[in-house]
Amino acid sequence: MATKTVLEAVRDAMHEEMKRDERVFIMGEDVGPRGNVFRITAGFLEEFGRDRVIDTPLAEASIVGVAVGAAMLGMRPIAEIQFADFIYPAYNQIVGEAAKIRYRSAGGNTCPLVIRTPYGGGVRGALSHSVSVEALFYHVPGLKVCAPSTPADTKGLLTAAIRDDDPVLFLEHKKTYRLIKGEVPDGDYTVPIGKADVARVGNDLSVITYGLMRHFAVEAAEQLARDGIEAEVIDLRSIRPMDREAIVKSVSKTRRALVVHEDNKFGGVGAEVAAIIAEDAFLDLDAPVRRLCGPDVPAMGYAKEYEDAFMPGPEKIAAAMRELAAF
Amino acid sequence: MKSEAKIRAALPEGLAPEALRDMYYYMVLTRLCDDRAFALNRQGKIPFAATCQGHEAAQVGAAFAVKRGTDWIFPYYRDTALAIAAGVSARVQLLCLFARKADVFSSGRQFPNHYSVPDLNIASISSIIAAHVTHGVGAALAFKMRKQPAVALIAFGEGSTSEGEWHEALNFAGIHKVPCVFFCENNEFAISVPQKLQMAVKNVADRAAAYGFAGVICDGTDPLATYAVVHEAIEKARRGEGPTLIEAKCYRAMSHTTDDNQLTYRTQEEIELVKGRDPIPKFEAWLKERGLIDDSAVKDLKAKAQVEVDEATDWAEAQPPPTEEDLYTHVYASGPTA
Amino acid sequence: MPNVIMPQLGETVTEGTVGKWLKKVGEAVAKYEPLLDVETDKVASEITSPYSGVVTKILAEEGATVPIGAPVCEIEEAGAKKENVSESSSAAPAFPAPHAGQRATAAQPVRPNGAGADDGARYSPAVRKLAREHGIELRGLAGTGRGGRVTAQDVMSATKTPAARPAPHAAMAPAAHPAPAQMSVPPVAPPSGEDAIVKLTPIRKTIAERMAQSRFTIPFAWSLVEVDVTDLAKWREREKAAFKAREGVNLTFVPIVVSAVAAALREVPIVNSVWAGDHIIQRRRVNVGIAVDSDEGLIVPVVRDADRLSLYGLATALAGLIDKARRRRLTMEDLSDGTITVNNTGAIGSVISVPIINPPQAAIFAMEATVKRAWVVNDAIAIRAIMNISLCFDHRVFDGGTASKFLQSVKRRLEGPTPVL
Repeated sequence: MATKTVLEAVRDAMHEEMKRDERVFIMGEDVGPRGNVFRITAGFLEEFGRDRVIDTPLAEASIVGVAVGAAMLGMRPIAEIQFADFIYPAYNQIVGEAAKIRYRSAGGNTCPLVIRTPYGGGVRGALSHSVSVEALFYHVPGLKVCAPSTPADTKGLLTAAIRDDDPVLFLEHKKTYRLIKGEVPDGDYTVPIGKADVARVGNDLSVITYGLMRHFAVEAAEQLARDGIEAEVIDLRSIRPMDREAIVKSVSKTRRALVVHEDNKFGGVGAEVAAIIAEDAFLDLDAPVRRLCGPDVPAMGYAKEYEDAFMPGPEKIAAAMRELAAF
Repeated sequence: MKSEAKIRAALPEGLAPEALRDMYYYMVLTRLCDDRAFALNRQGKIPFAATCQGHEAAQVGAAFAVKRGTDWIFPYYRDTALAIAAGVSARVQLLCLFARKADVFSSGRQFPNHYSVPDLNIASISSIIAAHVTHGVGAALAFKMRKQPAVALIAFGEGSTSEGEWHEALNFAGIHKVPCVFFCENNEFAISVPQKLQMAVKNVADRAAAYGFAGVICDGTDPLATYAVVHEAIEKARRGEGPTLIEAKCYRAMSHTTDDNQLTYRTQEEIELVKGRDPIPKFEAWLKERGLIDDSAVKDLKAKAQVEVDEATDWAEAQPPPTEEDLYTHVYASGPTA
Repeated sequence: MPNVIMPQLGETVTEGTVGKWLKKVGEAVAKYEPLLDVETDKVASEITSPYSGVVTKILAEEGATVPIGAPVCEIEEAGAKKENVSESSSAAPAFPAPHAGQRATAAQPVRPNGAGADDGARYSPAVRKLAREHGIELRGLAGTGRGGRVTAQDVMSATKTPAARPAPHAAMAPAAHPAPAQMSVPPVAPPSGEDAIVKLTPIRKTIAERMAQSRFTIPFAWSLVEVDVTDLAKWREREKAAFKAREGVNLTFVPIVVSAVAAALREVPIVNSVWAGDHIIQRRRVNVGIAVDSDEGLIVPVVRDADRLSLYGLATALAGLIDKARRRRLTMEDLSDGTITVNNTGAIGSVISVPIINPPQAAIFAMEATVKRAWVVNDAIAIRAIMNISLCFDHRVFDGGTASKFLQSVKRRLEGPTPVL
């Protein structure tokens, strides 16, 4: 075991896979000598060479499109989009192409591609360096979407994503890059895509969440525990496929569910979670499913007041949890 | 014999005289498949078909320049002759028209002519114009990384060259000198939009300079001229000297697809003029002139092709369609769900 | 004296390392003049001074790594102080909660009548499911959720209170019987100005529903016997002072009667039963509920295992429960699992009463006032203290003969040799 930040976990996963499998390579803006704008790939160029650490032109559609072609021909590319806010030009290639290649060729071609990108707010990133994009992608059959929140999960899931034979959108919450440290197992391991983690066990209510919010939810749960309310926190870790079983199991036990995510509320991942609970745990519900999410405004503003008003934090989450417990 | 040597001397490098008859056969077979598709549509038996009439020479010429089994083809939906000359049989072509479960390209999921034949190194494409161009560049990148002596031939119409992704693909290919050939079949119309409303430049090939490599124009109605140009570009790429943008000038004789009526934007006179430039009789004449084929051989060839298409039609129509269960296969590697 | 803090030097940076101090303690520094070099793992940067003045104290030495926002040095400002608009200002944020209208409040709209009694009519899926599974009657069940809502936890607690549970089998289901509201009742004239409206408390509502349910579903019969408690009364008179002094609780007739009832139940156990539709459940344990009149209404705390308690034990238990009732401290536990109810109607002066059975019990026992009467003893008239006792019972469970046998057993104990303490 070693203590790592989320950033180091991303680096380690890619580093080890590139050593292990020469089909793996990285392409994106500034991944070469600059080592990525967060220094994630620092040293990679020297170690793996220009062929496998490619600085691309400023053209997101082709960052993914070229990677798709390489993947179709048997490589395992990791395409990096510098910030999730810039992913929209690549939407055609991710959703229209990558996700459909296996299906449209009836298995003749496949697309074992990882698209990695940092998302989320809390770093004063303003309107174009703070968005959450999972809701735009998790809807798409043929695509997988991961959003881990701990260093151990990040390393394990990214490793799994790189080894996966299907296209995976790998979302890294940029605030967790340096803020979240944790124990990471030594050696080779993966975390299965599609399995949630019980971050905290409890009987009185379930908080279903992912990303940075997982950590705030656990903190809020500790606050509530001092008043005798024991909350269970489920970290989804993967958005698609989603661990339906873990959600239903938890809510059937606690009978009360609160979904917490940073992304805008309307049509966000929480809506699907609520629908799953309504479908499979209806008879066990003792309270309506609640969602605490980012407000429905286009993005998080630059002023601290905007950012604080947008992002759910431990206090807001604790208040929502208390309200649910008292229903 | 003397004329044979003369012909051989006149042929582009790497092309044997026997190959010429095969070229002609593929062009004829494609035309018959093409006509058959439209006929089936007019009969109400298939809902949709796309034509390649007028492109046969360009496509067959390009197909013969591709090293079968080594190079990869990233076609677009009008590349029927390219596909047939690359090894797609009439049966396989008709299967896709009838959208049967055994359809090789997509098991009945895609529109007609959305090729995908891994065994023939033909990559899967979608209906999204120019989306495959970056894929071809990515494949070429893979060849380069693996030091594989393979080249990607990426084919498209002139309409594709307006898409941002097309430009991004050429930009990347030029920077990294990946082994690919960009093959534009310019038939002057993107459905109804004529070239002068598609681009401000006179030739698609003029764009190559912006990406740091050569643009070459050829007569798309001449299979040998096209072959020569494509062959040179492919070998140049194979040598590691980077991509080429080829513009084969050709003509679209029919409407865009069975859902189009080109009389709404073209005059009958113009269409007749275009049909007069039909590459198949033109090549037939060229072959006859050089004694490489005679009327009787032509008759036999055409009859053979006709039989092939007829048999393929009946066979394909008789194949079972997909079922509801087939809806869920191949979503993920593990099946319907991840 | 203002502090200079480690600034945020990169989007995700959490700490910075002091590289080189460009000013020493005692040295003057102008606003925007370089003050120190700082390194983070993303960038190295020169930090300029936010104030003009003199450096008075270095708080982070060269090479020290401090979190973002931590102070690195103190500066004594020169001249008049300008209003320092710093991030650490505790002024209230200028922005009102921007999403007040969209706030993901979990609050349901507050019901206008406030009492929340209406919420009881809408049950969550969990509540319905648990009520069905455990055979709990939801109507009248007290709710501890917001606005008086019945929660799943309330239902689970009620599974421990037989009072809330009709017999598990459908034959006993109260729903099978017409609700009181459906019976043809003459219309009630509306209140006039002189009339007073008495609002229904939750307890009153519960009592109303339970009593109606009991009377409408249980075919009851009633039997009374007269008990000569003269000797018992004399004994009690003699003993009560010493008992009180010794045991600390009063020796009333109630524990004595409860003791006799408990003993009689062991003799005639069918009386300690529950009607369960196609069978009768004869309870082994004897838990005697005592009907108590409280400010809010009738409640029935339970003395568990009354048959195993001495008179002292019974007296103490009863005194304890009554005190708790008075102080409104009774718990669900105190009110659960009764197998028979004893109603001390005598305390309010009654000599004959027909109490209502407390379902799902099979019987309720009444002890009336002790009255001196002219009585025939050995064919002569004597003055005797007489207490009536009666049993109102569920005729499905047992018949009049059994009821009489039970009453005679109680009578025998109350008229017999004085109790052993």
